[in-house]
Amino acid sequence: MKLVLSGNEAAAYGAMLARAEVISAYPITPQTKIVEKIADLIADGRFKTEFIKVESEHSAMAACISASLVGARTFTATSSQGLLLMHEMLHWASGSRTPVVMVNINRAVAPPWSVWADQTDSIAQRDTGWIQYYCESCQEVVDTIMQAYRVCEDPRVLLPAMLSEDAFFLSHTSEIVDLPPQEELDAFLGTYEPDVRLDIDNPRSFGSLSMPHQWYPEFRYKIQEGMEHAVEAIERVDREYGSLFGRSYGGLLDLYRCEDADTVIVAAGSMCSTIRAAIEELRSEGVKVGMARIRVFRPFPTEAFRALAKDVRSLVVLDRSFSMGSEGAFFSEVKAALYPLSDRPDVRGFAVGIGGRDITIETIRSIITDSLRPDTGITAQKWVGLRRCEE
Amino acid sequence: MNEKTWKEIPIGGLILDAGNAAEYHTGDWRTERPVHILDKCKHCMFCWICCPDSAVIVKDKKMVGIDYDYCKGCGICKDVCPFDAIEMTIEGTED
Repeated sequence: MKLVLSGNEAAAYGAMLARAEVISAYPITPQTKIVEKIADLIADGRFKTEFIKVESEHSAMAACISASLVGARTFTATSSQGLLLMHEMLHWASGSRTPVVMVNINRAVAPPWSVWADQTDSIAQRDTGWIQYYCESCQEVVDTIMQAYRVCEDPRVLLPAMLSEDAFFLSHTSEIVDLPPQEELDAFLGTYEPDVRLDIDNPRSFGSLSMPHQWYPEFRYKIQEGMEHAVEAIERVDREYGSLFGRSYGGLLDLYRCEDADTVIVAAGSMCSTIRAAIEELRSEGVKVGMARIRVFRPFPTEAFRALAKDVRSLVVLDRSFSMGSEGAFFSEVKAALYPLSDRPDVRGFAVGIGGRDITIETIRSIITDSLRPDTGITAQKWVGLRRCEE
Repeated sequence: MNEKTWKEIPIGGLILDAGNAAEYHTGDWRTERPVHILDKCKHCMFCWICCPDSAVIVKDKKMVGIDYDYCKGCGICKDVCPFDAIEMTIEGTED
């Protein structure tokens, strides 16, 4: 069935098609429509789920973790300040090994107040032990929610995942979305059956204490082991989804026109569609450029970047976020992934689109022109398009 | 000896047996030890009511001693005793 859906509505349909059994969420611009659409679907009798109303995002995540421990498939959605308020519980979700799936609308962090696209909110959750997907289209949102549940509920993974959509550019853009038949999705997903669950007839100890000489590092190491399994699971599930439903997204790193490329742009989120258009223009002018879209940031696509680096001269990394006192996380991590290679491509970094500032084809073209200049020895990340007097 | 490795433990900080808190002797945390002076004790049970760790041992309606496996040495029993029948001593010294 094909419907015209915004990125927010696609998230609500994704939760319904995945048959999320418990949903707890708190509304926040620009995510509000997800919660409203879920409420509509429930009111229309189309979506059988338990919606738990809560007083904050912190409580929403606490409710999802508890429901997941019982064995329910759980879903939530948030954005920006709400995601930041959840931070403590994000660690609890991964540490408790609950496969919660969440949609986050990438919105800038205050102050100054801004509701527009910026990936600082989710990048700031990098170390919480969550799998992180970044979506480019409304179709990818639905497909990735399905894939995420399969990956997260894999007994060798058992970790939560957040899917990010850029505020407005994706959350409020409507596109034709193909929804696969429910029976086929049911067969693809199955039901969530944890080996151990909260059960009053069979009590266990959850959220226990571990002294330094006991098991703390071992429990943490097992989270990393789950992330390592997730690399394989994300690739496998994406391929399987592609064979069943005709759409797959390159696993962790989505490569576009990289086969003969000298220069490859690295980016994530909605700007990637603009980058594709810019690449078409540049290609028609004879510039051999491609794109490596970071579809999954955690686990990081280290091996995929190393494989890509063998054949390209330079990587141009675009961050829609910035780590104050350092540089954008994508820029840092791409360089770190390539460090062990003896023959490394040149890596240049640009902070772009901060706080929802528009990224046009012209923006991408100017970045490429800038990065094609001979190496000046300056490797610091540049902030693109700052309003300042010309020197 | 416990020969488990990280591979054998469950995930998620989970403990598969219930009711295992009893195996953890929180009395190890104690720096001061309450000592029961039986001659002064009138078995009023104030200490038994007030002890936050249920570490006052009662048999046949008589206060007979303190369960040092779980007594954390907070001294509440000494404070509430109307008969000075409990004294605190520094752990590790002779009574």
